[in-house]
Amino acid sequence: MPSGTVSHGASGRLRGLFLVMVLVFLEGSVFTVAVASSDQHSPTTAHSGGHKATDHGSHNNTGKAFPVLDLNYENVRVPFEISLWVLLASLMKLGFHLVPHLSNIVPESCLLIVVGLLVGGIIRGTGETVPPVMDSKLFFYILLPPIILDAGYFLPIRPFMENLGTILIFAVVGTLWNAFFVGGLLYGVCQIGTETSSILSRIGLLQCLLFGSIISAVDPVAVLAVFEEIHINELLHILVFGESLLNDAVTVVLYHLFEEFSGIGSVTLLKGFLGVISFFVVALGGVLVGVLYGILAAFTSRFTSHTRVIEPLFVFLYSYMAYLSAEIFHLSGIMALIACGAVMRPYVEANISHKSHTTIKYFLKMWSSVSETLIFIFLGVATVAGPHDWNWTFVTVTVILCLVARVIGVVGLTFIINKFRIVKLTTKDQFIIAYGGLRGAIAFSLGFLLKKEHFPEREIFLTAIITVIFFTVFVQGMTIKPLVELLAVKKKQEAKRSINEEIHTQFLDHLLTGIEDICGHYGHHHWKDKLNRFNKKYVKKCLIAGERSKEPQLIAFYHKMEMKQAIQLVESGGGIKMPSAVPSTVSMQNIQPRPPTKPAPERAIPQLSKNKEEEIRKILRTNLQRTRQRLRSYNRHTLVADPYEDGLSDLFLKKQKMFQIEKKPASNKVPMIQVDLASPQSPDSVNLLDEFGQANQQEEEEQGLMMKPPSRPREAKKPSEEDEAKDPQKLMRCLSDPGPSADEDEDGAFLP
Amino acid sequence: MFILFESLDRDNRGCLSPDDFEALGGLAMNPIGGRIMEAFFSSGQDTVDFSSFVRILAHFRPTDRNRNKEGAQQELPSSRTRKLKFAFQLYDMDRDGKISREELLQVLRAMLGLQVTEEQLQSIAERAIQEADLDKDDAISFDEFKKSLEKTDIDTKMSVSFLK
Repeated sequence: MPSGTVSHGASGRLRGLFLVMVLVFLEGSVFTVAVASSDQHSPTTAHSGGHKATDHGSHNNTGKAFPVLDLNYENVRVPFEISLWVLLASLMKLGFHLVPHLSNIVPESCLLIVVGLLVGGIIRGTGETVPPVMDSKLFFYILLPPIILDAGYFLPIRPFMENLGTILIFAVVGTLWNAFFVGGLLYGVCQIGTETSSILSRIGLLQCLLFGSIISAVDPVAVLAVFEEIHINELLHILVFGESLLNDAVTVVLYHLFEEFSGIGSVTLLKGFLGVISFFVVALGGVLVGVLYGILAAFTSRFTSHTRVIEPLFVFLYSYMAYLSAEIFHLSGIMALIACGAVMRPYVEANISHKSHTTIKYFLKMWSSVSETLIFIFLGVATVAGPHDWNWTFVTVTVILCLVARVIGVVGLTFIINKFRIVKLTTKDQFIIAYGGLRGAIAFSLGFLLKKEHFPEREIFLTAIITVIFFTVFVQGMTIKPLVELLAVKKKQEAKRSINEEIHTQFLDHLLTGIEDICGHYGHHHWKDKLNRFNKKYVKKCLIAGERSKEPQLIAFYHKMEMKQAIQLVESGGGIKMPSAVPSTVSMQNIQPRPPTKPAPERAIPQLSKNKEEEIRKILRTNLQRTRQRLRSYNRHTLVADPYEDGLSDLFLKKQKMFQIEKKPASNKVPMIQVDLASPQSPDSVNLLDEFGQANQQEEEEQGLMMKPPSRPREAKKPSEEDEAKDPQKLMRCLSDPGPSADEDEDGAFLP
Repeated sequence: MFILFESLDRDNRGCLSPDDFEALGGLAMNPIGGRIMEAFFSSGQDTVDFSSFVRILAHFRPTDRNRNKEGAQQELPSSRTRKLKFAFQLYDMDRDGKISREELLQVLRAMLGLQVTEEQLQSIAERAIQEADLDKDDAISFDEFKKSLEKTDIDTKMSVSFLK
């Protein structure tokens, strides 16, 4: 279709332009002729093959003319190239979505690898040596953590915990099985005599086992990339994804174990036993480190009410430190990161402001998205870079063995697991789990880390790893979507949770706990209940600031839903129509005397008389004027409160007030609303807004972005109002507490 | 399961009385412990014999998915509908077939205790009824209850694997 080709042409042109830029600057260093600069041009490395080192020493070129325009690439080379790569990644992401049908057929990861191949090919084609971009350090310390943190922070805790047993069995036992099966059989194949086996037979058993352990780990990045696009149901998603996260511990232990053995060359039973112990140490230690940092972060966030601007930074820093600390001790960094994110989330979100929450979410999504893109592109580039050593037997046997091992492993384990599960895993589920075992960049980086001295066959390994990765990502990645459709696997349910579901779910939780008590059976619910009680009694008091610590989850959820709805109404109606939320609250109060017109989500706005509309408009105009006055100059330390949010708080208070009034018509609230049901917008309500206006104006100077409860100027009021005053504070903080499942639909907007 | 029954029946009368249930500390702490107890004592009796005990607990057996095909599912006490019916009856104390606002408020009050103000409870109950109440009778009937929970996996939630 014409628009498609035009946009494709546009992105193609963009691409071409960009490539030209890249090439120009690659060669630009050749033309760096420092006419009058006193810089020292040291010989550059691979990028500028053939470049002459212009060495000006300490010439003081006072006689020459002052350079008006000077070309100095060296100083900015490294940041420049990094930016170029990131820019390339982002442009690619843009480009794919401009092409309409491509993203439906081919998963993004495949396209990115192809792009990487192209870029690598171009660089090689121009005679330059391809930069070793897939540096393991870069990968493990910069590219991987954002993705894992993003996954850990937004991990749906409930399904994860419910299926933890299954996930652990798949991760630990499954990976072990895969590693030994592939490694062992590969060794056997290598020993069998053919002509080429002379090379292969040099590969020792330990090397094969190490190779097996590298290749057997399901990769979280690849799984995320592919599974996000196919939207399968939550159970399967969490099973495969959880497995890919938790098997990191196994991989780390096996890798170090076999590397040790290969280096030293002696295997003893003691070492094997120590290996088993070290597995527990690695896994549990990683989790412990993560939990520790998570608690620290939660505790820190308790005190950030005065410096809202740097709140997100704490989250990121503590998580990254958790990762690095775990890596110091060779513990599982991934598990530390996941534990840190999952532990800190409920408490941090209760403490931080709404804006910080949005910031954290956006930044995590952004970084993880860019990281993922870069990883796949680099994978493509590294493929071109080599060095390769293609050995038909080895590679094909590896691929086949990986597939076979995975299938056998999944089927066998499911058979055992199903004996303990309430909801059994069907054959379809098993197929998807087996098919979703994608390998990715972690395997490649681990292979890259192998030292040449211990592993002369390093290139064979690398080639095989890359082939397996390509196979799984391309073949399995591309076909999983049609297969999911074909097998009619249950898809993810997109709907939001309603308040009913919350109430009933909690009710059922209590019910089940009671039944379990009767049965004397300390099941799932019992421990969950105990944990909740412990959490409420001790932990929340420490880690959550102020009022929120006592708030039950249901209330938080309810407030959040109301807020969301109010925000939606505001956004859909635009500024003038803000009172559309208000008359509907009127309708809510009138529900009791007469039946409502429609259920809550599709509230029909009842017809107001002309008078009331006029009053509403007047109030609104005054409100808007006031918010405009409040906007002051912006400086980095004082973010101005969002006028919408203040308006919402007013709305909310009005609503609460109306409720209040309805219940206690006799109470005496002189400066506040004297509202009767018939006309909620009496002129008196304007005074309410006045109060807020002044209060907020006074406080904004000092506080920065703070949702200050309007309760301050009302100290002189009667105590019966103190409760209501606290409500808006709770309400505003509530904005930052989405709860894991309520976020699902919002996350959808960020997926590529 | 008879062993379980016997262990609960402290005075060995062959049937359970309310004190036996109350002896379970966990149940006392449970916000809806009282209601659960009452569910066992059907129609005004104050003792529970073994068969009714088993009958009630049978609601919590894990549902066997494969049996769906046979069409005999509705009869099984552990089917989804029966589980939901049991839960519904726990809400509906006066057994009029509907959860009125007052009943909902009672449940909410029990679950949330003293941590919430009365208005908040009212708002929540209000909203819950608005969302679920389709025939506008200001109460939640069993069908509406079922509908509002159609996305939740009741089979998993209301199953105790011990009871297979």
